[in-house]
Amino acid sequence: MTPQELLKQLYDDTLVGNGPAVLELTHTGLAMNLGPEALLYEALIPALEEVGARFERGDFFVPEMLIAGKAMAGALEVLRPLLAETGAESIGTVVMGTVKGDVHDIGKNLVNIMFEGAGFQVIDLGVQVAPEKFVDAVREHSPDIIGFSAFLTTTMPMFKANINALAKAGLRDQVIVMVGGAPVTQEYADVVGADGYAADASAAVVRAKELLQRRRRAALPA
Amino acid sequence: MHTVLSSANRTVTIGHDQPFCVIGERINPTGRKLFQEQLRRGDLSRVEIDVAEQVAGGAMVLDVNMGTPLADEAALMVSAVKLVQSLTDLPLCLDSSIIEVLDAGLAAYRGKALVNSVTAEDERLAAILPLVKRHGAAVIGLPNDEREIPDDPRRRVELAGKIIDVATGRYGIPIEDIVIDPLAMPIGADTTVGIKTLETIALLREKFGVNMTFGASNVSFGMPDRHTLGAAFLPMAIAAGLTSAIMDARSPQIVRSVKAADVLLDHDPWGSAWIAAHRAQQAQAQQAGT
Repeated sequence: MTPQELLKQLYDDTLVGNGPAVLELTHTGLAMNLGPEALLYEALIPALEEVGARFERGDFFVPEMLIAGKAMAGALEVLRPLLAETGAESIGTVVMGTVKGDVHDIGKNLVNIMFEGAGFQVIDLGVQVAPEKFVDAVREHSPDIIGFSAFLTTTMPMFKANINALAKAGLRDQVIVMVGGAPVTQEYADVVGADGYAADASAAVVRAKELLQRRRRAALPA
Repeated sequence: MHTVLSSANRTVTIGHDQPFCVIGERINPTGRKLFQEQLRRGDLSRVEIDVAEQVAGGAMVLDVNMGTPLADEAALMVSAVKLVQSLTDLPLCLDSSIIEVLDAGLAAYRGKALVNSVTAEDERLAAILPLVKRHGAAVIGLPNDEREIPDDPRRRVELAGKIIDVATGRYGIPIEDIVIDPLAMPIGADTTVGIKTLETIALLREKFGVNMTFGASNVSFGMPDRHTLGAAFLPMAIAAGLTSAIMDARSPQIVRSVKAADVLLDHDPWGSAWIAAHRAQQAQAQQAGT
């Protein structure tokens, strides 16, 4: 297998969510001296982007998104320490949680898998996460993005409470705030002062990348 | 065990010896941007269409949810209850997670409504059950607590037991007026959840004999050909003991699947309703052809 063939095969197997094959090809690729960055940026990430695009078009369905994301996450476990050694810039870190008063987590877990699939490091705080826990997590992990999930109209107001808690701790400007969940809308996200909203897991990743790129560009010295 | 719901001049009985109760899910703005904008302007014209379509589709009870961010949900609920009751005599299921919205809706409602819903969380039980008792309504109980939505059917049954104990013991609500939701989760996210729902239904039936309902459209979330999945899963759940569902009453495929289950499980003696529906459809087709 040539390096090109391997990358193509890795792309194809990630696209269809063949976890064992993805893991094996990742090891084979490394043994062939394909660097972790090549595997990530020339096969895995493009495959997940294609998964997202197909999902957006209605050609792919939730289970397919899930297995592709899981296959990718398996490869990343191998690659992440190597990428850290090469000093490659991390794609980003996301802290995620379902807000206080709410125990719904299916949507949040889908979003997590797609974020991991896109190469982000995801720190999942679980459900019933109080504002002070989000604040602590921002202090501890310095994430690029923090995501709040709510499934109920009664728990959505916690978005605002969380954002206020971040502001009070002086951390609001250090992190991109994204919100989502079944009853959430763009208007609502705007009103509570979130930076981003998306209607589904795949769109959330696209939006996160846009927001992150904008922020990093703004941070560059002129 | 019979759960009897009513409007001003019609009653609907939910029970294991009754035809399956189709609760129309459509009067709900979640995920419907245009409808939300209309509601924020106080425009309820879409509700009229949703009522007509669901009545025509065979709904027996209508769920009313006015959950619109940044709107006065209580005022909308009152308007919607009055409007829907002026359009149809089907009993209603008042659906909100906000206590004040349920209270206002129940006060405006004529008859005995179904409240959607209470969980096994102490705070929710203490806030919602007194309302249910005061208005003489029935209530849907969701077996999740402060910690989790349990995966394990036995844990769901425990939490259902807690709801039943508190409602009957502390608030004097008859067990007939408690409808438990066995929790139908999306199989697209995990294909083992369908079996868990069926197990929960069977356990609940054996242990409490209560009526049950679930949100049938949840099951097929994220999957293609959702109607076929719904039409397959509902009869399985009905055979296990489900007695009603909040579902898409506009889909002939899904509604027919539950009507067929009624015949096959002897809830439609001599298949009379099934045959009558067939004749009505034939007559309609003939009329359309002439």
